[in-house]
Amino acid sequence: MNSGSCNGCDIEIIAALTPRYDAERFGIKLVGSPRHADVIAFTGPVTDDMADKVKRIYEQTPDPKVILVVGACGISGGVFHESYHLSGPIEKILPEAKCIYVPGCPPRPEAIIYGVVKAWEFLEGVEKK
Amino acid sequence: MKYEIPIGPLHPALKEPIMIKCTIEGERIVDVDVIASQNHRGVEWIGMNRNNPVQSIYLAERICGICNFCHPSCLVIAVEEITGIEVPERAQYIRVIQGELERIHSHLLWAGVAAHELGFDSLLHYVWMVREKVMDILELVNGNRVTKSIIMYGGVRRDIKDEHIPKLRKMVEYYREGFNKIAKLFLEDKTIKMRTRNIGILTKEDAMKLATAGPTTRASGVKKDVRQDMPYYAYPDFEVRAVTPDILTGETVGDTYDRIVVRLLEVKQSLEIIEKALDEMPSGDILSEPKIIKIINQVKKSEGEAIGRHEAPRGEDIHYVKLKEGFEYLYAWKVRAPTYINILSWRPMLLDMQIADIPIVAASIDPCLSCTNRVTIVKNGKEKIITGDELHKLSIQKTRRLLR
Repeated sequence: MNSGSCNGCDIEIIAALTPRYDAERFGIKLVGSPRHADVIAFTGPVTDDMADKVKRIYEQTPDPKVILVVGACGISGGVFHESYHLSGPIEKILPEAKCIYVPGCPPRPEAIIYGVVKAWEFLEGVEKK
Repeated sequence: MKYEIPIGPLHPALKEPIMIKCTIEGERIVDVDVIASQNHRGVEWIGMNRNNPVQSIYLAERICGICNFCHPSCLVIAVEEITGIEVPERAQYIRVIQGELERIHSHLLWAGVAAHELGFDSLLHYVWMVREKVMDILELVNGNRVTKSIIMYGGVRRDIKDEHIPKLRKMVEYYREGFNKIAKLFLEDKTIKMRTRNIGILTKEDAMKLATAGPTTRASGVKKDVRQDMPYYAYPDFEVRAVTPDILTGETVGDTYDRIVVRLLEVKQSLEIIEKALDEMPSGDILSEPKIIKIINQVKKSEGEAIGRHEAPRGEDIHYVKLKEGFEYLYAWKVRAPTYINILSWRPMLLDMQIADIPIVAASIDPCLSCTNRVTIVKNGKEKIITGDELHKLSIQKTRRLLR
């Protein structure tokens, strides 16, 4: 989900899904709706307009869920910090959510896949308990 | 009976947040409205209030992650014009190569997205696999796959070394060989032809009236290209000509199919430019002033205004910059991204089309909303829409309260 990012991370997420990196061979699959997802990938610093949509997307996803924050913007606002039109970072909007951070501007596709693996490990741990 | 279908701001068919409101009658679209600003991050404000001019280059890069060379390039052209910073000739050539590499990667990216919008996912995967080759070259030359951070006032930050050149030539060869296959897949495939021929037509008159830019306008037969009309960098040496679809197909319709043709031909053109640039690249410095502090001081001392224009993959990108003596930041900075004007062409394109055509027609102008939404779009209806959103929010809250 793009919450006001510059597209840099989004194209790297798609690159991670396409044949060179082929995330699907690890069982990572893109779904069309947050209602079918276990992990939601967020990019961007969360603009004012998107803050309420971020919350709604998060609420639509069934439990247990993990947020994968891709890129530096989602961690601290990145180059856009201090801007007047940001409500982010994601931490501030969803304080109760479990976040896995993938730093970088933008991170490499390998790093994104690693982040999903981390999220999977977390979800498996939750399910065991 | 008329219905209103809102698409977006978050929708699997759209890669970025924007809202298209279509009024439909049966399957026919009778009215289209576009509501933007979900992606507004206040980039211009940051450039005018927080960043020094050198930091603003990297900020401009992050206006858009896909065309991350054209925005800093426009800013740099404008500031160089005001301050009179000289650019060595080798740097001009490297800038041309960078710009063309970006065009190749962006057009291939778009081709994949277009295939995806048509439901032809194996083609998306094929094109993106082919695209990885240019990403490798970008990584080799710039050190990063996406954001390049290569341009600087008075030149470029990294040289194209001798050992890079054979690899660049190999890439050009690779795409030359692969070009025919991609062109065949896109232009001769029956499904793609059915879904794109005579769909989303933008007539030449409409294209002129709406002042569209880039492949969108060239596909309608308007010969407009900044590289041809007002060459910058080393482009005067290359004699770039605007690409129109009649070169390949013999006629100009202005539909989605023509926009695919133009983009494919532009990839071919970019390969030629890169090859010629590698042949003719002079030796010498790549930066006229390596000390950044000196550049910052020079920018601070300058006064004036200028416009930087660059032919981005999506069309003409314009930055207006004003500097004031003794002022630490850019005194004024206005960005006009190509999608900002191209987006208006959605209305003439979508009218009388079917709902199922919305994704491919919307994608056919290659919208880059993170570029566009830095500009605050003030619309008469905006206030009403916000209220609608708030009402919706309130209603959700009330439902939740009642459920408790």
